[in-house]
Amino acid sequence: MATVTSVGAGAAQGTRRAARRRRRSLVVGLAFCLPWIIGLLGLHLVPVVLSLYYSFTDYDILQPPKWVGFDNYLSLFRDSVFWGAVENTVIYALMAIPAGVVFAFGLALLLNTKIRGLAIWRTIYFLPNVLPTVAVSIVWLWVFNPLYGPVNWFLDLLGLPGPGWFADEHWGKPGLVLLSLWSVGQTMVIYLAGLQDVPQELYDAADVDGASVWRKTFSVTLPMLTPVIFFNLVLSLIGVFSYFDAPFVITDGLGNPAHSMLFYAMYLYRNAFNLFHMGLASSMAWLQFLITLLVALLIFGTSGRWVYYGGGDEKK
Amino acid sequence: MGQLATPLRPAAGAQRPRFWQAKSFRRRIGELVLQLVLLAIGVSFVLPLYWMVLTSVKPDTQIFVYPPVWWPARFVWSNYPQGLTYVPFFLYMRNTAFYAVLAVMGALFSNPLAAYSFSRITWPGRNAFFIVTIATLMLPYTVTLIPVFVIYRHLGWVNTYLPLVVPTFLGSPFYIFLLRQFMLTIPRELSEAARMDGANELGIYWRIILPLIRPALAAVALFEFIRAWKDFLGPLIYLNSDKLYVVSVGLQQYKQEFTTQWAFLMAASSTATLPIIILFYLTQRTFIQGITLTGIKG
Repeated sequence: MATVTSVGAGAAQGTRRAARRRRRSLVVGLAFCLPWIIGLLGLHLVPVVLSLYYSFTDYDILQPPKWVGFDNYLSLFRDSVFWGAVENTVIYALMAIPAGVVFAFGLALLLNTKIRGLAIWRTIYFLPNVLPTVAVSIVWLWVFNPLYGPVNWFLDLLGLPGPGWFADEHWGKPGLVLLSLWSVGQTMVIYLAGLQDVPQELYDAADVDGASVWRKTFSVTLPMLTPVIFFNLVLSLIGVFSYFDAPFVITDGLGNPAHSMLFYAMYLYRNAFNLFHMGLASSMAWLQFLITLLVALLIFGTSGRWVYYGGGDEKK
Repeated sequence: MGQLATPLRPAAGAQRPRFWQAKSFRRRIGELVLQLVLLAIGVSFVLPLYWMVLTSVKPDTQIFVYPPVWWPARFVWSNYPQGLTYVPFFLYMRNTAFYAVLAVMGALFSNPLAAYSFSRITWPGRNAFFIVTIATLMLPYTVTLIPVFVIYRHLGWVNTYLPLVVPTFLGSPFYIFLLRQFMLTIPRELSEAARMDGANELGIYWRIILPLIRPALAAVALFEFIRAWKDFLGPLIYLNSDKLYVVSVGLQQYKQEFTTQWAFLMAASSTATLPIIILFYLTQRTFIQGITLTGIKG
């Protein structure tokens, strides 16, 4: 009997000690996280809620916000400049995102061969990615100068008519797409690392079956890389509606000619910080948030059909 | 290219293969073609930078000419002192360095702490909290832009560096994620052994974990330095007096006002770009490892 009670007491003491240890680890864990907890609440969660509230108000910062219901959203739907900005952003996304995936993947494939000087090429291709966007945009404007730039000179050599680029409402966006391709280095490095993770056995097996280089690229390499491509695709889709720096610098914030380079985030900025329509700008931000969520859900929903999550590890 | 040739090719009988059929010859041609392709792309990648530096030392008479001049008749170095004093460019550079250094300090303070909590302390609710942290990565910055501006305005921080620097001391989900990945690879036994010896969490963090994750810390420091150096929207919104401008905003103003002074503009752009090119050249290994670490595990 005596032994039983002492064991029971010991267990109770044990759970009490475990509870104390849990509480202690909670306190220590939260203490280490404290800066981030403040950041998460103050700079992310509370602002998200505030921004939803502002989107239903008329708010010019000087006067307190005045509730107007859905007026901001309704006036956006009637605003042709708003729809123009949406259209510009979607067109740009449809050009820049697929081109970026293909170009980054192509570069990574080229660099994944056992070639001499790999490190040098990788450095050169990556470099534009770290350069200051403002300086780079100004340089781009000059390189693509319709009259004196080297790009149109080169096209002239090939016998092609050089377009007006950033002076032409139809050629501004392609010019920006080329700028985005120039800065594709980060994606390339990520793909390259993914390529180097593809197990060599798969290629050996394909060799035994007599597969050609192309066949191996499309039937082995590409499927194995789909998770990485998928992750990048999600990030670039989220990013594209926030596209701001380069077109802002190139067009002095105006998005001209003919508003052809007025992108979503630029129009939002104009409403918020030039016109002080904080409420209207907030409703733009929330619409963007909802669109982004929708698009993300859509890709996640279809990902099962084209993203290969076999994982080389299980097969080993 | 070589290992792609099929190993099962039947031996070509008694006849010796002709030289263009020889494996080594085909491999060499393959490599040559590949190098030429890489070179062509490489040239187009470097060309804009060459054009930038070239224009910055050209005399005015060689800038607006067709066909373009690929080597200046004489080097006009005076474009630099002139271009960089048109606006107080060196002040902007100093301001940018100030902002970037403080931002790096902030990032190195807040993110390893949170990453340590997420990877090496087990506390109730930790995983749920980590998911919330990662979810904020999906949040477009435009959603928080306006309320955060309103908050800083209430605090009277507009037109100071505080709205740019303080957030870095409060952590960023991307860096937390990166550092957590790194800390997870350190064996638990190390911490356990230190705990047996009576070390507290702060001691373990400071004396054991931080020294072990130095490569990851270096990557975070680099990323943050570059981010701050490139940052345009933040300074555009929060800094409105000339004395406080950083390079990005200063360059943009410059461009707006002197749109045809290409030699000066390119001198200023070269000056803003050069420190980054040097930094990148010296640290590219850390850089590429850092990106690889985050990109794959995503």
